[in-house]
Amino acid sequence: MNELQLAPIAASEYAGEVDKLFWVMNALTVVFTIIVMALIAFLAVRYRKGTKVDRSNPTTHNTLLEMTWTLPALVLGLGVFTWSSRLFADVYQPPKNAREVFVIGKQWMWHAQHSDGTRENNELHVPVNNPVKLSMISQDVIHAFYVPEFRIQRHVEPGRYTSMWFTPTRVGKYRIYCNVYCGTQHSEMGGWVVVQSREDFEKWQAGGGGRPFYPGGITSPTGDLSLAQTGATLFRKYQCASCHADGPTASAKGASLVGLYKSLRQLADGSKVVADEGYIRSAILNPNDVRLANSTGSMPAYRGSLSESEVIALIAYIKDIGTGKPLEGGRPDSVAPAANTNSQQWRYMYGGEQYQ
Amino acid sequence: MSTATLKDMEKAHDKVKEPLNYLNATNTIKSWLFTVDHKRIAIMYLVAVSVAFLLGGLAAGMIRVELTVPKGQFLTNDAYNKVFTAHGVIMIFFFLIPAVPAVLGNFILPLMLGARDLAFPRLNLLSFYVYSAALAMGLAAIIGGGVDTGWTFYTPYSSVYSNSNVALTIMAAFVAGFSSIFTGLNFIVTIHKMRAPGMTWFKMPLFAWAMYATSVIIMLGTPVVAITLALVVVERTLGFGIFSPEIGGDPVLFQHLFWFYSHPAVYIMVLPAMGVINEVIAANSKKRIFGYEFVAFSTMAIAVFGFIVWGHHMFASSQSMYLGLVFSVLSFLVAVPSAVKIFNWATTMYKGSVELTSHMLYAFGFLGLFTIGGLTGLYLSSLATDIHLTATYFVVAHFHYVMVGGTAMGFLAGLHFWWPKMTGRMYNEVLGKVSAVLVFLGFNLTFLPQFVVGYLGMPRRYHFYPPEFQLWHVMSTGGSFVLGVGFILPVFYLLHSLKHGEKAGNNPWRAVGLEWLTTSPPDTHNFHEVPVVTWEAYEYFQESHHGGDVGPSRFPFDDDAVHVSSEEEVHV
Repeated sequence: MNELQLAPIAASEYAGEVDKLFWVMNALTVVFTIIVMALIAFLAVRYRKGTKVDRSNPTTHNTLLEMTWTLPALVLGLGVFTWSSRLFADVYQPPKNAREVFVIGKQWMWHAQHSDGTRENNELHVPVNNPVKLSMISQDVIHAFYVPEFRIQRHVEPGRYTSMWFTPTRVGKYRIYCNVYCGTQHSEMGGWVVVQSREDFEKWQAGGGGRPFYPGGITSPTGDLSLAQTGATLFRKYQCASCHADGPTASAKGASLVGLYKSLRQLADGSKVVADEGYIRSAILNPNDVRLANSTGSMPAYRGSLSESEVIALIAYIKDIGTGKPLEGGRPDSVAPAANTNSQQWRYMYGGEQYQ
Repeated sequence: MSTATLKDMEKAHDKVKEPLNYLNATNTIKSWLFTVDHKRIAIMYLVAVSVAFLLGGLAAGMIRVELTVPKGQFLTNDAYNKVFTAHGVIMIFFFLIPAVPAVLGNFILPLMLGARDLAFPRLNLLSFYVYSAALAMGLAAIIGGGVDTGWTFYTPYSSVYSNSNVALTIMAAFVAGFSSIFTGLNFIVTIHKMRAPGMTWFKMPLFAWAMYATSVIIMLGTPVVAITLALVVVERTLGFGIFSPEIGGDPVLFQHLFWFYSHPAVYIMVLPAMGVINEVIAANSKKRIFGYEFVAFSTMAIAVFGFIVWGHHMFASSQSMYLGLVFSVLSFLVAVPSAVKIFNWATTMYKGSVELTSHMLYAFGFLGLFTIGGLTGLYLSSLATDIHLTATYFVVAHFHYVMVGGTAMGFLAGLHFWWPKMTGRMYNEVLGKVSAVLVFLGFNLTFLPQFVVGYLGMPRRYHFYPPEFQLWHVMSTGGSFVLGVGFILPVFYLLHSLKHGEKAGNNPWRAVGLEWLTTSPPDTHNFHEVPVVTWEAYEYFQESHHGGDVGPSRFPFDDDAVHVSSEEEVHV
């Protein structure tokens, strides 16, 4: 704990890859800096005023020499770019078997919703060696979800889902930071990613998560429902079913939602979009923004009447419609709201030991 | 108006037996406040940007003291957020952007070109007053309650959520933009139309090229940020949905518009300093800048490429992966012309006659720090490392290496180089060297630890931080005190030189360049007769091939001889 660290622990597959690139870049930087400094020191001393050295035929330009430093700089630069971009492209494509967790950022806390209905605040429990995809949205200003031990962060924006994924490779507790300035308690908007062995994780799940959570805007008692089940409840509550089919019987009014997720939709403005989480969110909140080619435009906008947490539950349900997957069973959740006063949050974030 | 005619000056000359110059030609306060002399306006700018720098530095000191303890020393969260915002806003909008162009450029550019003034002297004065008004607005916002958005004003925090003086601060930045635009316009027209006879584009000193490139960026970029900031105020005060998704806007749009200016603004800040370094290194090596054309073209290349890399500030945002790839490769390419310049400057000393004056030491400091600043920029252009490092202290360290190590070092190098020309007095050279060394060492002690703590994951703009980072923060704070002493020292010895310094003579550094042909300080009209340029820039010739001294070919360095091809000689 007290030894001098130069890099955070590498706790994900990606972290190790980034470290390799980082140390190669460090080596190049040091070599280049030493060349420049040595050149300056040598020339400044050798040709300082008054020394008896040959100053005949001073050169004032030499295109060949210019090329000898321009081209290697260019080639090395493009080499690093290629290496780095391949890594980045990988980290942009979550694998199919990734566990999906929804994350909501708000001033000044993180809220996570697992697909089995477990919810937690300022903590994120994940099993080791299993890819995790976070689908994230903000309820107010821009935040960023940052875990240095995974070497990754992504902005969490209002009005738009962003995602990131990682495969934790080391059991432990790692700090989550908000890394886009978001106001008064920005430096306390954080918590812990808890990476557990599969057995410990399952024990944690079976114990209902064990973490207090905020009710998060969901009004019906849904403590024992999975995220998609909660979505199904909301689907009835908001009477989505009166226009949209969520089963084999088609409704006369709205588009059927069976098999909607990841299908290609033809919009009224002529463009085609893939029905991902962001599309479904827009279709619920601002349906006219993504109006379908054959739509009557009669769907009301739910902007302002649904919380982000409810939208996430609805999306989880809509994603399941037509996949033949039975709704995941849920487990009871505790309902005590977390105390989140300033100094308690500080102790929580910074007072404890890391990497236990 | 203050501009005395030549006859008036000669009359006054007989009376006081002191050569008349722009400083003593007239003495009333009004003659300063309403002057249209580029040299007096430069001096007024120097006073104003120095005040801004000291205030911004005070905020920096508060930040460093506060961060010596993981849970903060004496500030509340809100106060801390306001202090780092004040530091950023003051330093960027009121010091880094105007410092070199409005002070050194204003004073030296017309002299270098053999012109009697800038093209639009009244516009130049207006630029100063617009800047002063903006500074007053900015300080009013900061003192009257403060602003807590960070200098980047990210929406929707700035446009909807923040409860601080956002609108007034943004209007201050908006107004300051106009003073930049006026200066930029003035420089462009001056360089096009007012070069002395015979001074072709490729006979111009490279400082003039740097001013030209900077002015082009200012003219193209500043209107964009001005409109963007105005839109934030419109959303904040009138509730028009532009950036806030709750009312139909897009917060990432703000980032695109903001960085479209604010990345080129990095070059607005550093290109002028690079221009200074050309002059200082050539004069202290008594050599033509190696690869003059390469340096001139790389200056223009940076100005062009600087406009197409803004998206590298947004790799972690919802910007698409493909955009990220394009911005990344372009950012690697923009590094090449900067590397070209570093090597050309070093190679200039080859077979030269190098004098280690205080301004040369500042220039060496620039080379070392800017090299590190530039190379660490590549970690942030590279996508995979950036999504770990962005918005951490690694970024903080990187841009301080570029902004302080580049711009502030360049400004100090230029100020020491041209101080004898501006004031007619020599400062204490020993203290000058001490200051240059203190700034270099203090700077590295302050900001090298921040690279480490950044890689460890310390986010920027954090009031509280994990206890395991404390050691790095304490080192950084210790360095900042050394740095502070290095920056304060010149205030004392430069002011002291005004009364007690030795008389400088026309060309104390035995440099070439038209500014060294006239008296120190120059008279109001710069040149009694406009010089005719028949030589290349940096035409130093060597008197002896083995050992011996080298010096400028046709530039008198006798203190008595002034005014090339001028009949009237003013005796010191």
